[in-house]
Amino acid sequence: MADTAFAAKLRKIVGDRYYREDMEARVAHSYDGTPMLQALPDGVVYPASTAEVSAIMKVLAEHRVPLVSRGSGSNLCGGTVPVEGGVVMVMHRMNRIIEVDLENLTATVQPGIITAEFIAHIESLGLFYPPDPSSMRISTIGGNIAECSGGLRGLKYGTTKDYVIGLEAVLASGEIIRTGGKLMKDVAGYDLTKLLVGSEGTLAIITEATLKLIPPPRAKKTMLAMYRDLYGAARTVSRIIEARIIPATLEFMDNPTIRVVDDFAKLGLPLDMEAILLIEQDGDPEAVERDIALIEELCIAEHADRVQVAADRDEAERLLTARRSAFTALARLRPTTILEDATVPRSRIADMVLRINEIARKYDVTIATFGHAGDGNLHPTATTDARDHDEVHRVEQAFAEIFEASIELGGTITGEHGVGVVKAPYLEWKVGSAGLDMMKGIKQAFDPHRLLNPGKLFAKETRKRVVLQHD
Amino acid sequence: MTSQTFGKPDIEHANPLARTMLKKLDYDQLTNCMRCGFCLPACPTFRETGVEPESPRGRIALMKAVVDGVMEPDQAFEDQMNHCLGCRACEPVCPADVKYGQLIEQTRDAIEDHAEHSVAVKGVRKLFFRGVFPHQSRMKLLGRSLRLYQKSGLQKVARGTGVMKLFPSHMREMERILPEAASQGVIERLGERYPAKGERIATVALFRGCIMDVLFADTNVNTVKLLSEAGFDVVIPQTQGCCGALHAHSGEMDQARELARVNVKAFKDAGVDYIVSNAGGCGALLVEYDHLLHEDTAWADDAAWFAERVVDISTILVEKGRVPAFAEAVTATHAQVGLAPTSASSEASVTITYQDSCHLRNVMKGSAAPRKLMQSVAGAHFCEMRESDRCCGSAGIYNVTQPEMAGQILEHKMAHANATQAQYMLTSNPGCLLQMKLGIDKHGRSEDMKAMHIVDYLYERIAQSSGEA
Repeated sequence: MADTAFAAKLRKIVGDRYYREDMEARVAHSYDGTPMLQALPDGVVYPASTAEVSAIMKVLAEHRVPLVSRGSGSNLCGGTVPVEGGVVMVMHRMNRIIEVDLENLTATVQPGIITAEFIAHIESLGLFYPPDPSSMRISTIGGNIAECSGGLRGLKYGTTKDYVIGLEAVLASGEIIRTGGKLMKDVAGYDLTKLLVGSEGTLAIITEATLKLIPPPRAKKTMLAMYRDLYGAARTVSRIIEARIIPATLEFMDNPTIRVVDDFAKLGLPLDMEAILLIEQDGDPEAVERDIALIEELCIAEHADRVQVAADRDEAERLLTARRSAFTALARLRPTTILEDATVPRSRIADMVLRINEIARKYDVTIATFGHAGDGNLHPTATTDARDHDEVHRVEQAFAEIFEASIELGGTITGEHGVGVVKAPYLEWKVGSAGLDMMKGIKQAFDPHRLLNPGKLFAKETRKRVVLQHD
Repeated sequence: MTSQTFGKPDIEHANPLARTMLKKLDYDQLTNCMRCGFCLPACPTFRETGVEPESPRGRIALMKAVVDGVMEPDQAFEDQMNHCLGCRACEPVCPADVKYGQLIEQTRDAIEDHAEHSVAVKGVRKLFFRGVFPHQSRMKLLGRSLRLYQKSGLQKVARGTGVMKLFPSHMREMERILPEAASQGVIERLGERYPAKGERIATVALFRGCIMDVLFADTNVNTVKLLSEAGFDVVIPQTQGCCGALHAHSGEMDQARELARVNVKAFKDAGVDYIVSNAGGCGALLVEYDHLLHEDTAWADDAAWFAERVVDISTILVEKGRVPAFAEAVTATHAQVGLAPTSASSEASVTITYQDSCHLRNVMKGSAAPRKLMQSVAGAHFCEMRESDRCCGSAGIYNVTQPEMAGQILEHKMAHANATQAQYMLTSNPGCLLQMKLGIDKHGRSEDMKAMHIVDYLYERIAQSSGEA
């Protein structure tokens, strides 16, 4: 195939090897972790430095070619699918840890470093970087920043946005900006750092990040509680927080998930339980012991049918198996797995789970729910088959109603996966039309020619709201 | 709810390879890949190159794009499919349980149907895949020629005159580390039956392998003796042949099926409780004979019978051998394989380490048993090598067909191997064993590190403790 007009210029910047327009490269960058979504880019570029990123962007701006920057492409919202073609920029070659500053407790990294590798390095220095999305073995720090990834430790330690304190980024014009720094206090103008975190590659290309590190907890304990009554589990969550305890992990699995997990992992879980809570606390050893003892009492007071506190790390690992198997077990049920992340205030979790189960029955689809009970971030997960168009349509209707229910309960359409393509039609439901206009204005200011990740966040039109029927 | 299945896309491909792939590939498996990317860090070629097409997710996307008519399969596509090591490390980490190994074999089979090999390559392929591997007598002949070459002084002459320099460097390196070919296979040396020592636990059959019985005949003999020590009657069916793994990995599926039928019949006739393999690469195909022959109604049942009996030597020793209780495996294993009890752990002056066979680990799920056996060896300290679960680059004949990538992977492997400071590098597969020998040789470490099959190492310990030679 004939090269595009800008190909020669890009090759001059990165070399022949690092700009490709062959079908192999185009097909392999036409998808991410999102089901049922694929679009071919016109080319794929692998820059090695900020200067190259800037030069590439200048060429693309001149030719008005869209650019989608990405890490490993593990996101679940279609965030890195090049729906309007253009060039995909893979950040894997920019994967260095530039510096770990032990005096300021910061790390400065390039965006292409794999999250788990970064965390392993930080932990080897006796420090702690808490954001731990489930995809961390493959996801990049740059991708985590673009999507503002969460994870299991969000409740106590916050998410990616709470650890990014400085950025270097390339704008749509090719200009380079620096925001924030190794500073815990900085009110010089609008907070562009926070604005870029979670902007899904629509405002700028992140080329370097300065991250905040903290001292690691000295001890950790794990426990499991099972409930016949969903509300008992939900009340336990609220009472733990009311007791002024913030657990490091507070995970939840509903009955459909318990059944699937037990069938998969043969753990001998009681199938008549409506909910399982997996709770971990970390910190100073004495405080951890005290907190876990109190949480155990609260579980029993809320009629937990069974409470198990792990005596050691081996037992803890066994208790964690159930929750860790949830995604795998669900993924094996049917060919297509759609994992959503509707999020509600944690006091409304039981209501939300019941609504999800009701909606699944109404549309005759299989949806199991697990997730982060402590921060209200649930993962209703539909298992279906992309080739069954009728069922896929019902799944879509069910999710629309789940988003609606989530907003009605004071929640949001996405807690940690991002809007991308998948939830763009629902964004206005959450932020309102004035809010949406304001976001569009910000986009316009950063990227007047719609070159950066076009087709994301903003849908052509907002989906019509579902009229909810209540009993 | 719905158990409806959805078939393949209804497309009429103009491209002949695309047409064959549509016919041969399991479309459900292609659909099952949800592109989460969890396989990427497990994939050796992705780790070496860092580019998506060199990953299982990328390769599946390319296969699906061809089958769906999104792209025409070109030379780059075929090269990419051949670049995969077939180590199948992506399978255990896949949440959706995608059978990647089957997809890559089906793709290679389709490619092979349309391959336009040069006359020379065609000749060599035919010679080995049809003419040599399937015929144990010819394997022996080849072995004898190799032996003649090694023994007659020709090897010395070849090395001395520099004739070997005419070969590509990776072939030259390979020639240096080839073990001495045996003139007699396991049956010639032990007969077709070998009784259990003490009370019989079960009757097992040895799968002797084609290359194993020529280049590693001692290992076969030691495997039989170890099994006997552990309480098994051993049968070695004469009519068995090559497992067909190298064929299956190279796109010669029909030939692989033909070999499978021969083996299924040979072992079915022997009527044994277990079929023991001492080569992970063979065992992984043997254990999937049920899948290989599932469409062959006349053979499907017998193939399933065969597949469920296949077990690796280490696994059967630990799980079925004379081990009273699992909790006591450490001490019991000593009694079972006849090793001296761990009384003198203070004199653990020998360090041993282990390179997993990818197929034993990822397909046969046999990574725990060899470690249990090694940890039970008195006076030896087992040191886990970093990334011992990663492919060494041997991958069947990959180190011959893709020397550059194989060499790169081996370099990383040797860095980890050297860090263990082990005197013994043990493996469970002939390909891995040769590759580790090659690595040790290339690093000039032949004096202080020895690569051995785990069976040989263990049997040597018994022979020493019982005074046998």
